[in-house]
Amino acid sequence: MHDHAGRAVEVSVPGMSLVVLVGISGSGKSTFAAKHFRPTQVISSDFCRGLVSDDETDQAATPDAFDLLHHIVGTRLRRGLLTVVDATNVQWEARKKLIELARSHDVLADAIVLDVPEEVAIARNAARPDRPFGAHVITRQRKDLRRSLSKISKDGFRRVHVLRGDDIADAVITYEKAWTDRTDLTGPFDIIGDVHGCRSELETLLRDLGWEVTPTGAVHPEGRTAVFVGDLVDRGPDTPGVLRLVMGMVAAGTALCVSGNHEQKLVRALDGRKVRVAHGLERSLEQFAAEPEEFRTAARAFMDGLISHYRLDGGRLVVAHAGLKEAYHGRASGRVRAFALYGDTTGETDEYGLPVRYPWANDYRGRAMVVYGHTPIPEPEWVNNTICLDTGVVFGGRLTALRYPERRLVSVPAEKMWYEPVRPLTSSAARDPGVLDIGDVDGTRYVETRYGGRIKIAEENSRAALEIMSRFAVDPRWLVYLPPTMAPPETSSLDGYLEHPAEAFEEFARAGVSRVVCEEKHMGSRAIAVLARTPEAAARRFGVTDGSVGTVYTRTGRPFFDDLTAELVDRLRDAVSPLWEGLRSDWVVLDCELLPWSAKAEGLIRDQYASVGAAAAAALPEVIRALETAAGRGLDVGGQLDHARRRAGNAARFRDAYARYCWPVSGLDGVRLAPFQILACEGRATAVGEPHAWHLDLLGRLESDIITPTRHVFVSLDSEEERAAAVEWWSALTAEGGEGMVVKPADPLPAAPGLPGLPGSQAVPGQQAVPGQQGASGQQGASGQQGAPALSGDPLLSGEPVPGDPTAEGTPGVRRSRVQPGIKVRGREYLRIIYGPDYTESLDVLRRRFPGKKRSLALREQALGLEALTRLAEGDPLWRVHEAVFAVLALESEPVDPRL
Amino acid sequence: MLLTISTTVRPATDLGFLLHKHPDRVREFGQSFGTATVFYPEAGEDRCTAALLLEVDPVRLVRSRGKSSPDFSLGQYVNDRPYAASSLLAVTLADVFRTARAGRCASRQELADRPIPLELCLPALPCRGGADLAHRLFEPLGWQVEASAVPLDEAFPEWGDSRYVRLTLRGEVRLADALNHLYVLLPVLDDAKHYWVADDEVDKLIRAGEGWLAAHPEKPLIARRYLGRRRALARTAFARLAEVGDDVEEALEPPVEEEPLDLPAGEEPVGTSAEAHAAEKPTGDEVAGPPIGDASAGEPIRQAAERPMGDAAAAAAEDERRVPLNVLRREAVVSVLEEIGVRTVIDLGCGSGQLVSALLSGPAFAKVTGVDVSAHALALAARRLKLDRMPEAKRARLELFQGSLTYTDARFAGYDAAVLMEVVEHVDPPRLPALERVVFGVARPAHVIVTTPNVEHNIRYEFLAPEKGGPAARRHPDHRFEWTRAEFAEWAAGVGETYGYQVDFRPVGEDDPEVGPPTQMAVFTSIARAARDHAQVPELGDDRSLRGA
Repeated sequence: MHDHAGRAVEVSVPGMSLVVLVGISGSGKSTFAAKHFRPTQVISSDFCRGLVSDDETDQAATPDAFDLLHHIVGTRLRRGLLTVVDATNVQWEARKKLIELARSHDVLADAIVLDVPEEVAIARNAARPDRPFGAHVITRQRKDLRRSLSKISKDGFRRVHVLRGDDIADAVITYEKAWTDRTDLTGPFDIIGDVHGCRSELETLLRDLGWEVTPTGAVHPEGRTAVFVGDLVDRGPDTPGVLRLVMGMVAAGTALCVSGNHEQKLVRALDGRKVRVAHGLERSLEQFAAEPEEFRTAARAFMDGLISHYRLDGGRLVVAHAGLKEAYHGRASGRVRAFALYGDTTGETDEYGLPVRYPWANDYRGRAMVVYGHTPIPEPEWVNNTICLDTGVVFGGRLTALRYPERRLVSVPAEKMWYEPVRPLTSSAARDPGVLDIGDVDGTRYVETRYGGRIKIAEENSRAALEIMSRFAVDPRWLVYLPPTMAPPETSSLDGYLEHPAEAFEEFARAGVSRVVCEEKHMGSRAIAVLARTPEAAARRFGVTDGSVGTVYTRTGRPFFDDLTAELVDRLRDAVSPLWEGLRSDWVVLDCELLPWSAKAEGLIRDQYASVGAAAAAALPEVIRALETAAGRGLDVGGQLDHARRRAGNAARFRDAYARYCWPVSGLDGVRLAPFQILACEGRATAVGEPHAWHLDLLGRLESDIITPTRHVFVSLDSEEERAAAVEWWSALTAEGGEGMVVKPADPLPAAPGLPGLPGSQAVPGQQAVPGQQGASGQQGASGQQGAPALSGDPLLSGEPVPGDPTAEGTPGVRRSRVQPGIKVRGREYLRIIYGPDYTESLDVLRRRFPGKKRSLALREQALGLEALTRLAEGDPLWRVHEAVFAVLALESEPVDPRL
Repeated sequence: MLLTISTTVRPATDLGFLLHKHPDRVREFGQSFGTATVFYPEAGEDRCTAALLLEVDPVRLVRSRGKSSPDFSLGQYVNDRPYAASSLLAVTLADVFRTARAGRCASRQELADRPIPLELCLPALPCRGGADLAHRLFEPLGWQVEASAVPLDEAFPEWGDSRYVRLTLRGEVRLADALNHLYVLLPVLDDAKHYWVADDEVDKLIRAGEGWLAAHPEKPLIARRYLGRRRALARTAFARLAEVGDDVEEALEPPVEEEPLDLPAGEEPVGTSAEAHAAEKPTGDEVAGPPIGDASAGEPIRQAAERPMGDAAAAAAEDERRVPLNVLRREAVVSVLEEIGVRTVIDLGCGSGQLVSALLSGPAFAKVTGVDVSAHALALAARRLKLDRMPEAKRARLELFQGSLTYTDARFAGYDAAVLMEVVEHVDPPRLPALERVVFGVARPAHVIVTTPNVEHNIRYEFLAPEKGGPAARRHPDHRFEWTRAEFAEWAAGVGETYGYQVDFRPVGEDDPEVGPPTQMAVFTSIARAARDHAQVPELGDDRSLRGA
């Protein structure tokens, strides 16, 4: 800025900080602020005084006005916003409060003093009608300011900028990036755990990772950047060697390094400060003694200059030696540095004399990945998107690196135990038992989904869901998905029908869907089966360590059986064993229907359906008898008699309708499961990307007593014959007592383009293409058959290409599809148990139904369900998966017409 | 929806005069929810039968309820109202036979004033409590009762009987009285979740009982079934989730007891009636189950009352009769808290707020917080505590909020003591480690008091006897387990070991030499806290040392 013509005065403040203006009334603070900052960034005491008193000059309101000012400033700082305080601040007490406020939010504060002559200020104030106070006030403020100026540099501001005369008008504000802010670096990174002087292992690891290593540096041919989590020094055999290498890499720009607590202590020791020489410091000091002075000086400067943490890759990655909680990311204060270097210590020590650390990662809810070291552990483990890479190489463990963004761990074993550990290498804390925090679910919430935008959950619904979830649901570690509700089609106008396939086909055709699948709707209870191949897989993927290998739960997350679940899970694992190889996964989540209905709903059937049937069967014959007797004596009851007979027939059909779905079971004998979709497996949310043909084909190959196949037909909607055949199929299905069918788009619905891909999956929304499904936008990715075993040549997949509706076919910018994921078309007799035995008598009234809300809910719940599965597949922490699952349950408590 | 009224008074056709409906005509009466028809299947000198046929139109029924409709519930559309003799029939009967019910008959006043031989028949009468209840309700009124159960579904004999009976009443009764008996008692027998009729209709029903209800031996039950259903049953989000899950709503209801409302003076408290448990356990709201943080009002009393006389413990039971177990439990908890000298208490699983209320009335407790997972329970607690009228100073000591014991919650921290009174047994065993971490690991109060039933004691309860539900029967349907003393001790020791608490046990209620007390209590004290306070971990009971610390 100094090259600017003339004499621009540069005032440089931290980009995220508290800027405190200091100056007497009339010094031009508000003008200055308005010129250099956005109106929302400037909080003025006059404005606050006006807010609390309707009079900006009411001095009696000053205490309340400053309470408000501090509240606003505090809130802005907590949210990470640059904030400018426009108040006189000529007194030390006023400034002190603001500095404390900044510190309490771990942000830096700068002061800008506008030092104008008293006469100028008095003249300005006199010209303003809203400044009724006399010149003596200015004089007093001026005196306060003069006293302040001599010692304001000791207030605790990072920097005090004093502007006088023309400088005030000529000032230019510039912003300094925080040292920790390297969000511009996007990697890829190789993040390396605590090295502790193990030069040889470090070189091996770097070479394994593809680096070219020289004695004083290393480069990666693919331009990767190494990030060291600190603790390069102490304990190990060659601390100077490690420093030489890392210093060279950092200087060459191929590495970053944050400070570890050992670097801090070593610097203090080199400075001759009194430190306890222990924990391997003695080794470093010995090794340093043998080094030339020049190196010692350079190394000291390097270590002293290391900063507490880095924010990288747009803020998505944070590296700090001992980790960092979210509120401290990008902040600067003594306690931020202490946390980054030493972790969240409780002040207590354990039986080995080592500090007890608070397991901050258990509470971590940030979106940024936090990578750290500091605490040696046998095996790195993801906890809420954080990971510790210190695998104790110096203690004979391993040196570990995390490749980012690949999230892949690479490690090399220690060549020997270089240093005896004080305590044995064990998992630092007991494994988190999957405890979620109330903050993950309560109150009014907005859940971000990639398939349906931001979805609001009302507080009332969260409250209801909290109770059901807490009192009845299975362990949240197993509860990785809840199915969405499903809407019926537009009401049929066909005589005798409320629902008919024609409307469902028409709706999908209108939406640009060219092929649908019609799946038999099993009348049972919706069931989600979560199955792990082994207890180890269950522990690794779900964090469940009690030896259980899966569960089966209802659409509200309840277990189906009290004590049969383990046996059911075992039988299912047996049944799905071909999938382990087919999916290359050691766990799988299946969407199913559990039969019979009475297995789960017997209480409901008896209480509601059978009772109605019993009452009808007891009453109607007597009604008919009484009417017949009356008719026999010549009374005119013909109308009533007809009606009663018709109703008796309806009641009998009603009774048959529910009884069809009931059969006695004993233990698991008689229980069957009809899986119709593979929701997720290792690395893939298959529900998102795979076409139904893929799901049905794989599931159709399962052979087991406990598995019932899902009958289905594919329909090209442009073929009248295929539509007619499907209607025929539905009619036959429902005539023999079936509940009906579900019509779904045969292929995955396109979603917003450019979504992050799922690791290990080619199945990304918008990139799906199968033969016969060509998007008008021409957006065709890899064949949907890749990775799907033996799907090629499936005749069901071949059909005529149909140009799709451009709005539904992945046009760039389309945030989400409004196409229903499925539409249920229920049979005429089945609907008696929904609309009542006599519904066929009043079809005209019942045809007026309003499915709008149901349809909207179905879309939102679908988006949340897929979000949960994607989060699961991407390895998100439990709370992230639970958030979306919980939201589905909460939405299910919305009032909608239950008959839809 | 069919009622037949027959008489053999001579001439029997005089029934037409009494009912003000001509035996040879068929008459229709529009109702808001359907159509009523009165006709006479037989009309002879010796015997005459009038039939009241009510055809309920479910669509109109829903519409007729308009804005007061309990919003969407499948039960509104698929229900027994078109077939069963319910409150709708009672309302219709009152309308169609208004004059007869008033006992007025211009042409046959003498006949209207005297008992006549009558036979009333209802082919499908919902009768919650079984045929036995019909006997108990009608026999004291001079009827000879024939009530036969209707099977639920003949194809599924294992499902047993439905809640309907075919009821025939025979007796010499004044016709107006007979009609009033039905008018009042049909809704009582039905005991439906919803009346399907307006609230003012309920008031009318109660008034119709004048003259005979006061002396009826089942008056408490009759009153309870009316009053218990008075509260507006707007369906909550919670109830909708029950439906989504194919669950019977009652089965999910939170295990909290609602206080009896406005019971007429002199009524027995809820739950003392012996029929309550035996007859209606699964669904009746008379079942005063031990709710979270609350207690069964009935359980210990019944224990005392039902123990065979001559039992050695009878004398001891005599004392207990006056102090129900839930009261004993509450007193025991309060007394331990006072003994330890805590100032701030959080009641985790406060239910309807009985313990919170007791703690607030003691000045020793500066801060009392009640937490429950059920919004319904908290609403009951707010009502019990009269939150809206509480003086500010008292209100400032109290906090109530919804929270869950399987989610960590910063609001749980900072109390001297946490109480889990009759709570753990409502948590599925696999979820207990989560609860332990939330309470002992994260909230970490200095003291935690846990009470839970002692299952060994169950054999002392008549209503849990094997023949009434098998040996596995638990004290409350929502109990996921009930522990023996050894199981409880093992659990508590494990928790203490993991989280650094020392634990002591105390009996609550009569400590039976064979099977132990009905309730067991564990008092946990944080070892770190005790050490920091420079207090020896004191023996409980050694209250001086504790209070001094």
